[in-house]
Amino acid sequence: MAEVKEKIARKVASFFKPGDVVNLGIGIPTMVGNYIEDGVWLHTENGLMGYGPAPEKGKESEYLTGAGAQFLTAYPGAAAFDSATSFAIVRGGHLTATVLGALEVDEKGNLANWSRPGVIVGMGGAMDLVNGARDVIIAMEHTAKGGKHKILEQCSLPLTGAGVVTKIVTDLCVIEVTKEGLVLKEVEEGVTLDEIRQKTGAKLIVPEHLETI
Amino acid sequence: MNKLVGRSEIMKLFHDNMTIMCGGFANRGNAAKLIDMAVESGAQGIYIISNDSGDPDLTVGRFIRSGQARKLTASHVGMNPELGEAVLAGKIELELSPQGTLAERIRCGGAGLGGVLVATGIGTVMEEGKQKIEVNGQTYLLETPLTAEIALVKAYKADVMGNLVYKGTQRNFNPLVAMAAKTVIVEAEEIVPVGDLDMDEIHTPGVFVSMIWNGEE
Repeated sequence: MAEVKEKIARKVASFFKPGDVVNLGIGIPTMVGNYIEDGVWLHTENGLMGYGPAPEKGKESEYLTGAGAQFLTAYPGAAAFDSATSFAIVRGGHLTATVLGALEVDEKGNLANWSRPGVIVGMGGAMDLVNGARDVIIAMEHTAKGGKHKILEQCSLPLTGAGVVTKIVTDLCVIEVTKEGLVLKEVEEGVTLDEIRQKTGAKLIVPEHLETI
Repeated sequence: MNKLVGRSEIMKLFHDNMTIMCGGFANRGNAAKLIDMAVESGAQGIYIISNDSGDPDLTVGRFIRSGQARKLTASHVGMNPELGEAVLAGKIELELSPQGTLAERIRCGGAGLGGVLVATGIGTVMEEGKQKIEVNGQTYLLETPLTAEIALVKAYKADVMGNLVYKGTQRNFNPLVAMAAKTVIVEAEEIVPVGDLDMDEIHTPGVFVSMIWNGEE
């Protein structure tokens, strides 16, 4: 299972190049940070640009933490700022991309990842991130537990954002969200088109030439 | 002007049905000792404005566990299952505001603005009950300002005039809530004489600050 998640994280990380500025959500998105190239700059919404991996034991600082209160390190050139500045970066189009998980994502690029029935959590910064980041990349396992579809014709859960998702990266494939619908871009080696279709609850546009990951 | 005060003076300020704004983010950079005082004051029916609900036994979470909070405006409450239970049981009212929107609503409150236009939340439940305004062909939601009677601020350094410096990721909502309340109380790690802070390093000018806890219990 961990291997599957790492594979997804590595694929997403390969999209970024030095100079890109990226915000990573929790779960698989967080793992993307382990595989990014030097020079890809990470933003955390609680007020830091340029953070690095978790510190060694004994070197934790309570002044250097992430949105989940976890300890971080900072690269030379990192900057700390208040929450209004942090979301000026987010909403103002200064983020190359955000990588988030999803409960549901649909063929119009709608995303539901903040609310499910009977659980009160809150959206945190997710609604701002999906509206502001230039690319909104969903990194997730293709289906939910029990094989339930997560990629749908239409989301049923409360939306985080409408028409915001640009890419979906799963353990099976890479999908691009376009005006025409969901376009299959790359398929994981050993995975058949039939399997992807069966595990996807929305229509997929399959181009003639399909790359294998 | 010396703004240092002791615990007893601060305790006098808390009363029933008041609004308190808290700086801090996920228990980091919260004025934890000032929150303890507010809880110990016994004031009831408090409306809390804060980024999050804290953990059940930490910072903002203490107001929930003690039953003193009547309402909470926050962006994230996932760290505190007791808050979820209290909401479902009808014991506390919860207003969720997206984090960036919440930050700007507080900034508006402090800066004397009538609100802020955000695209965040368009096409979601955040639209409910809000005015939509079109500017240059783009649709925005009008989000209204937030203010409070008291703001509880955590600073790294304060001079006795109330000029503040924050450190690292403990800055978060602190400079925003420090502008948006009638009475702004500061808990500082270090209190320094006037003149010690360079004017260019000050994050919150002392004009926003009402009092600084002198650290005495």
